[in-house]
Amino acid sequence: MSKKEKPIQHPEYVKAPMERRQFFGKIAAAAGIASVAGYASFAPGNWPGSLKDETGLLSKPRHKPFQIPDFRVQKPTGVFADVGVARGSRQADGTYSSEQLARMLTASIDQVGGIKHYIKNGDIVLIKPNVAFDRSPNLGATSNPEILETLIRMVLEAGAQEVRVADNPIESPPDCFKKSKIEYATLKGGGRVYLPDSNSFKMLHTPGARLIENWWFFHRPFLNVDKVIGFSPVKDHNLCHASMGMKNWYGLLGGTRNQFHQDIHNIVSDLSIMIRPTLTIVDGTNVLMINGPTGGDPSNVKKGDVIMAGTDPVALDSWAFEHVLERDKNDMPTYLTLAQEKHASSPLKGEIRYEMNYEGRVKEVQLG
Amino acid sequence: MQAIRKFFTEFDAKKTIRITNVRILSQIFFFSLFIISIWLTWTTRLGGYPVSRILEFNPLVMIATILSTHHVYRYLGWGLLIIGVTLLFGRVFCNWICPYGSLHQFVGWLFNVGSGKQRIDSNRYHNLYFFKYAILIVFLILASMGALQIGLLDPICLMYRTFATVVTPAADMGITIAGNGLTSAGLPLDLTGLKFKPGVDDRIFVGSFWVGLMIMTLVGANIVIPRFFCRVLCPLGALLGVISRFSLFRINRDVHKCTDCNLCLTRCEGAADPMGQVRLSECFSCMNCIDDCPEDALSFSMVRLDTKQVVAAPDMSRRKLLFASVTGVLAYPMIKNHGTNTDLTFSRDLIRPPGSVEEDDFLAKCIKCDQCINACPTNVLQPASFKEGGIEAVWTPVLNFNIAHCQLKCTMCSEVCPTGAIKKITVEEKLGKGAFEKDGPIRLGTAFFDRGRCLPHAMDIPCVVCEEVCPTSPKAIQTKDEEAKDVYGNVVVLNKPFMVPDLCIGCGICEAECPIKDERAVYVTAVGESRSIERRMLLQERTVKDA
Repeated sequence: MSKKEKPIQHPEYVKAPMERRQFFGKIAAAAGIASVAGYASFAPGNWPGSLKDETGLLSKPRHKPFQIPDFRVQKPTGVFADVGVARGSRQADGTYSSEQLARMLTASIDQVGGIKHYIKNGDIVLIKPNVAFDRSPNLGATSNPEILETLIRMVLEAGAQEVRVADNPIESPPDCFKKSKIEYATLKGGGRVYLPDSNSFKMLHTPGARLIENWWFFHRPFLNVDKVIGFSPVKDHNLCHASMGMKNWYGLLGGTRNQFHQDIHNIVSDLSIMIRPTLTIVDGTNVLMINGPTGGDPSNVKKGDVIMAGTDPVALDSWAFEHVLERDKNDMPTYLTLAQEKHASSPLKGEIRYEMNYEGRVKEVQLG
Repeated sequence: MQAIRKFFTEFDAKKTIRITNVRILSQIFFFSLFIISIWLTWTTRLGGYPVSRILEFNPLVMIATILSTHHVYRYLGWGLLIIGVTLLFGRVFCNWICPYGSLHQFVGWLFNVGSGKQRIDSNRYHNLYFFKYAILIVFLILASMGALQIGLLDPICLMYRTFATVVTPAADMGITIAGNGLTSAGLPLDLTGLKFKPGVDDRIFVGSFWVGLMIMTLVGANIVIPRFFCRVLCPLGALLGVISRFSLFRINRDVHKCTDCNLCLTRCEGAADPMGQVRLSECFSCMNCIDDCPEDALSFSMVRLDTKQVVAAPDMSRRKLLFASVTGVLAYPMIKNHGTNTDLTFSRDLIRPPGSVEEDDFLAKCIKCDQCINACPTNVLQPASFKEGGIEAVWTPVLNFNIAHCQLKCTMCSEVCPTGAIKKITVEEKLGKGAFEKDGPIRLGTAFFDRGRCLPHAMDIPCVVCEEVCPTSPKAIQTKDEEAKDVYGNVVVLNKPFMVPDLCIGCGICEAECPIKDERAVYVTAVGESRSIERRMLLQERTVKDA
């Protein structure tokens, strides 16, 4: 018996040969895939659908910068002051009652037009306190929680639908907010705390800024925000002499911000144009006179009696430097001059400024 | 409606309320308790919850620390509870409570598919399973001499360590990526509340890859040998196995009913030979064999110990016992004389958390559970590698100031430490205020300047972030103001920083904030730590008021 005639043992395993139609189909599919892959990898980069990267730079991570709006509000007609200052006396035991603080806060804002003028119904308001360190409030290194609570209540009463409180501290954020009592005050006042985590930063574009034209910015609390209020203490600062309303915005920066100490005056003046706040409130009741900006000893703190509110950050800080921190007018920090040069202090379009000297634009009231 | 009616009419109590289902509920409960404990161990959530209790219930931690310190720290007496339970019911801890055991069982259930025969064969006792007793003996002998190493393999410590340094950062990272993805897709949802550690940047742990690899390997080993870790390595299981020979309740086989079908081995977790002489020290009391027995021949009952029907003692011959003991005795000098962590020569990076006891005592107490690392709000606490403290101190907590700093008013690590390696301190004690004024503050080390890298000193560029952030009052970093002409001819005012070592507490914020990022121009080293007289640097009267 020849080989060919041998019976097939397992007929079910015998495979049929490929049909011509099937063969051409497979060839066509392979050619199609090969040509698409070939086009994508060899076609010049500007052709549509090409993946070609001649320089190796196309895959470089790109952070599309965003811009935040100007939050300023035109002052009501007839109000000339850019800075309102309210002085109030303490109780016999050396503390302030919460009513007195509320009176002082209202009085200071009233000098520049009143809270109702700045906060409209349904606004989402962001308040930026200074929570840089894990310190208790009496040490003067962080914003005063009692005034913050009063401020949140005032803003909510003025019609705001939501009040947010945010800062990016130097130390652990949850701890700083807890121990400075800012978190407690915020929740008690009816606000909401925004902590900076890795979800919170975006590249901000600030036209005209020298050091932070494009820089990481704590953007999450700014989503859909209508008004921004800065709320800071007055502190001594080892490098830039004073940390007040303007330096407070440092807490919105992310990234390697510790480099900026190499040019501190430029960065602080950059901050003054990075954010154009609706209002800046500066608290002069707990003033860190020396050993700033961290302090750490109650003896470094002076008991002041002022709360300031302003629409012009330069005038506000200049006045606070001279009258709250009690420093010589001629030692005024360079960043204030730089901020003026960067138009931080310029009036809004349509606003008329009668006095060029800041001292003429400060209105002081004395409460009982 | 119909489904509910069906549930009630066809509810078969005997089928549904089986003891193995009750066991699964117990495992889910304790695993959730473990996750919740990890979840709560965070500065914003910790409101007096006993978050370290799962570690404090651990009888191996209790016994080993009694051997190494001769005392019972704070809540470690709770370990008696597990010993009591074991005396009643055998090793129920392993299959009803232990979260690591549950993880192994779950992974085995998911991936170990095989025919009935394969499964029966994989669950027979193997000579290898004595090894855990040898490990236990080596660890206990080391502990009695003062080197506590149980944490390397103790399942609870291992689980805590893995969750602290691998799992929670990975979970938080996933939420970050999801959150950023949603934001860029135009859905800015706030997912922060879902994180284990909300409100901070994503955390990193130096060397955590090896911690992760260890648990991946051990869990993966289930595919080769079911419950490999529990049967072969677990020192806590071995300890409970020694105790469980005295247990009141045990698996009991009715030889008259048994048909020798071996089906009881199909899901036997402990490889305890329920089809023959039950090995009491191996049995996890998982009750699977009772479930699987077609003849109802097995029961969990109180019967008199009958050595013909059970193997009571662990499978340790006297020779094995002797060999393990000698290994333990020899290991001690080998570890100690390795010479990476003595008062004569120690790493400058061996900076311990505030409240830590003196190094020898520390090594006799630290169980490497890394619960302190889990609690640390700044991410400064890191599991040590061989570099900081040698082989003995691997995975114990050290501070890495390149990552973050130790916060002045924080004592979280000392609050959660279950064994007192970091003894519980108050903020006053840490800062040397009030009743502790005469002791001065707790110093973790001392900061030094590298003037060749410091911007104002070496390059005439203004900086002094270090002075700004220095938290002591008066500041331990102070400046000399100098006017200088820089290379372009501009006059610059330089605040050149210098150290006042008497005031430095070694918190490391200067190092953490220094802009010279790779090798900092100001750095903290371990010398001068207040917990040790041998490792001090300055005359005591310079740093302690009432010396």
